Amino acid sequence: MAQPNDRLYTKTHEWVKVAGGEASVGITQYAQEQLGDVVFVELPAAGKKVDKGAALGNIESVKAVSEVFSPVAGEVTTANGELEAHPELINRDPYGGGWLVRLSVAPGASDGLMDAAAYEAFLAEEGAH
Amino acid sequence: MHRYLAGEDDRRKMLDAVGCASVEELLASIPQEVRCGALDLPPAASEEEVRRQFWAYAIANSAPECFASFLGAGVYRHIAPAVADAMLQRGEFFTAYTPYQPEVSQGTLQAVFEFQTFVCQLTQLDVANASLYDGATAVVEAVMMAARVLPKRRRVVVAGAFHPDWSAVLDTYCEPMGLAITRVGWGADGRVDGGELAGALGNDVCAVVVQSPNFLGVVEDLSTLGPAIAGSGALGVHAVAEATSLGLLAPGGRFGFDVVCGEMQAFGLPAAFGGPLLGFFATKQAHVRQMPGRLVGETLDSSGRRGFVLTLSTREQHIRRAKATSNICTNHGLMALAATIVLSLLGRKGVRDVALASHATAEYLKAGVRDQGSGARARLAFPQSPTYNEFLVLHDDPDVLLARLKAEGILGGVSTTRFGDSWPKGLLVAATERNTREECNRLLDALRRLG
Amino acid sequence: MNGSRTLREPERLIFERSSQGRVGYQLPALEVPPVDPSATLPAALLRGEIEGMPEVSEVDVVRHFTRLSKWNYSVDEGLYPLGSCTMKYNPRINEELARLAGIAQLHPLQPEDQVQGALALMWELEQALVAVTGMPKVTLQPAAGAHGELAGMLMIRKALMDRGEHRKLVLIPDSAHGTNPASAVFAGFETVEIASTAQGTLDLAVLARHLDGGDVAALMVTVPNTLGVFEPEIVKTAGLLHEKGAYLYMDGANLNSFVGIAYPGKMGADALHINLHKTFSTPHGGGGPGAGPVAVSQALVSYLPVPTVEKVGGRYTLSYDRPKSIGKVRGFYGNFGMLVRALAYIRSLGRDGLKSMSEGAVLNANYIRKRLEGDYHLQYDGPSLHEVVFDDTFQAASGVKNVDIAKRLLDYGFHPPTMSFPLIVHGALMIEPTESDGIDELDAFIAAMKTIAVEAKENPELVKGAPYTTPVARLDEVRAARQPVLRWQRTKS
Repeated sequence: MAQPNDRLYTKTHEWVKVAGGEASVGITQYAQEQLGDVVFVELPAAGKKVDKGAALGNIESVKAVSEVFSPVAGEVTTANGELEAHPELINRDPYGGGWLVRLSVAPGASDGLMDAAAYEAFLAEEGAH
Repeated sequence: MHRYLAGEDDRRKMLDAVGCASVEELLASIPQEVRCGALDLPPAASEEEVRRQFWAYAIANSAPECFASFLGAGVYRHIAPAVADAMLQRGEFFTAYTPYQPEVSQGTLQAVFEFQTFVCQLTQLDVANASLYDGATAVVEAVMMAARVLPKRRRVVVAGAFHPDWSAVLDTYCEPMGLAITRVGWGADGRVDGGELAGALGNDVCAVVVQSPNFLGVVEDLSTLGPAIAGSGALGVHAVAEATSLGLLAPGGRFGFDVVCGEMQAFGLPAAFGGPLLGFFATKQAHVRQMPGRLVGETLDSSGRRGFVLTLSTREQHIRRAKATSNICTNHGLMALAATIVLSLLGRKGVRDVALASHATAEYLKAGVRDQGSGARARLAFPQSPTYNEFLVLHDDPDVLLARLKAEGILGGVSTTRFGDSWPKGLLVAATERNTREECNRLLDALRRLG
Repeated sequence: MNGSRTLREPERLIFERSSQGRVGYQLPALEVPPVDPSATLPAALLRGEIEGMPEVSEVDVVRHFTRLSKWNYSVDEGLYPLGSCTMKYNPRINEELARLAGIAQLHPLQPEDQVQGALALMWELEQALVAVTGMPKVTLQPAAGAHGELAGMLMIRKALMDRGEHRKLVLIPDSAHGTNPASAVFAGFETVEIASTAQGTLDLAVLARHLDGGDVAALMVTVPNTLGVFEPEIVKTAGLLHEKGAYLYMDGANLNSFVGIAYPGKMGADALHINLHKTFSTPHGGGGPGAGPVAVSQALVSYLPVPTVEKVGGRYTLSYDRPKSIGKVRGFYGNFGMLVRALAYIRSLGRDGLKSMSEGAVLNANYIRKRLEGDYHLQYDGPSLHEVVFDDTFQAASGVKNVDIAKRLLDYGFHPPTMSFPLIVHGALMIEPTESDGIDELDAFIAAMKTIAVEAKENPELVKGAPYTTPVARLDEVRAARQPVLRWQRTKS
């Protein structure tokens, strides 16, 4: 399945979309498939500063818990409040309504991440179906 | 072939199917260097022979049933309705596994859901788990949870007279987790020393543990302790050793404690020489994802019927592994079932009646001890303080006293000498609805004579 | 239509059965003066009757729990092939003996001269477990396997501290049971997961590399491992660890495969927990109680929890004389009621019966493996001992997963095998039949599994929609986790 072209990806299956100093972060289609139906999301509070690769929060399904790692360094501005009542948004719309957090970031924060084609190749290598 | 195993013919057919002449061929992967010879054990015994051996063990014990028994200090002798054990002996309950396959485990799951409900009712808190091992480890789990909820606070306060075994277990678990324990003593009235407690609270304290009724039998004033603890930002833990007290005394849940936990053996479970007992744990909704232990939740099946499943399992070791809220796996499910049955039989009236009768019996004994006058060798430690069904009788040689009482067919209580010098010397005397007036009078009379 | 009303209609909650005025108990007549609690206890601390507690008759309670029991599958009913759980027969004589008044009613704080029988029993059980393991001493205190793991890891930590060392790391194979890392963390360690070899066994090269770092306190292993395969180099592994001053913790969950055949003591184990509710037949009870005694090597004897039971000149005593002990890990002395059952089992089987038990367990597992080899995929094909781990690879081609196979097995009247464990086998089905089962029971299970394999190929939707004949159909676990309802509440109508 084609990954959206308008964003970048990590090896731990997060996506990030940067525009004007603000980054939106979520998990990929593959990640939500692996997790199964999401039941609970634990997200950071506004103001939390994270390094690239640091833990941002947790996503729980019935049978697993997955840590979310920040693709970029920055400071959390908002977390997606909809997810408390509707965690299933992550399954239904991982690239849209299922976004997790927004961070304010410095220029070049997302340098070095994979584009859609590279992420797809990575998935194929991993043997993901 | 032994009667618990399949037969010779079974084995022969299976060996043929796997293409081996003997089972030894299937054990080839076990290296010779670790093999053992014949085990240093006696040969198989018949049921009759095993009975003889175990009757010999039983006879070499003094079963409290044969005495007037006033033993307490964490394990209490209350009525055990016949129905409870009759239900427990159903193989569908006791030979079943943990209910991981809910479609064929609704019996166990629904019974646990009922247990969780009873515990919430008794503790006036929002959620309860499916059981822990015992009161001591339940308190430990509460403290561990507090340390997770308040990760920057690394100190634990234990306020007042706290069961020494439970205290020792807390030491064992807190030390490797880097949690320091401050112990606050009791005042002349046997209750938490309020001034000392105020001094011990601080913004580095994650949990404050208060046992009530406490180890010396005195009822603590949770109505002032609760708010004081909550005000300090720590999690309040109300520890309960005599669970039937919850039939008469309001639990910590009413006074803002975050956890009410402890030992439920008092609801008709056998003393069993200290195990298996029944740890219970209840807390506020806000802490549900940090709770230890199994949780059973209500849901629907694919045709819309109500059913029950294990839920919120991602907290537990089989999923969360190193980050689990506890390492507990096998818990005390059958004991929880036993308590559920007893609580069902007692119900709203019985839970209160058992508590009233136990309290009345203890008050009768206390009055009798008081009446022996201030010159008596055996005297109440805290004559003005409220107690539920257990109280401390001071005595300068409680072990000798106990031996003399036993010679008269009375198990008079638990001597505090076995817990070390920091405890006032005497006998912890516990009474329940099972102690008759005649037994009480025998104890009082013996104290008067032998005192 | 099923003639059993019990299985056709859901059984209400006991709270929903409540009817005002029904009573299920009677206390003995109160002969002492009744007390008004507001005269003896502070008013602010009192409570009245507890709202919501049921009022039911004794008959209600019997009917309620009898009906509930019929919704459970159990070992008494049939095969329970749960890998690593050892669901064997729970002998009834053990239940009788555990209930003897001189055993069940003992109070733990009675003076020692009143409980010599209980102490003798505990001492005898310890000797029996010494005989089984070939290790010098055993603590009977832990209440379960995980509890034993914690005790063992605490002893290892104390031993290291005693030598002035503060090693932080515990190595745990990726095939390990989740309690292993959880227990290690509660003992104050950090865990490092080590990958298994292509055969699913310990990778000694990886182990040696970690050991060179100097910060490894212990390795935790299960023997045989969670694939049912004996670690071929366990003695060498122990040697590597001991050379570097580290310890070997052994998870005894799979002990049922080699009692009377091998000694964990000879494998170099420093601490081994024994699940009495697995190998030694004490009942699973729908989730415990169990018991997890821990056998230790000479190196850890000083650190055992107190008290231990000692025999001094014909008398038994609870000894606290162990200055370097880790202390207590629970109240009182152990799950005595389960210790009684385990000793009765050991006496009933005896020296040769115990060996025969393990031989039977191994044979039964290999029989199932042989008969199902063509129908299900085996990721690791080393020799199996008492359990075999298949997976759903063949069935996945038509979209059928291990979970579906498990649910379809329920329709055939069997409890499914352990699912999705160990984690190193995707879609795992771990089958452990135990020695209790005869060839007829195993053949019935095999036939069901073969039928399901065919169904998975020819009619996958049938399997994916299972179960059809259980009292409830598949339950919505997502709903249970998203909107947790963890207790009954009276709804205001």
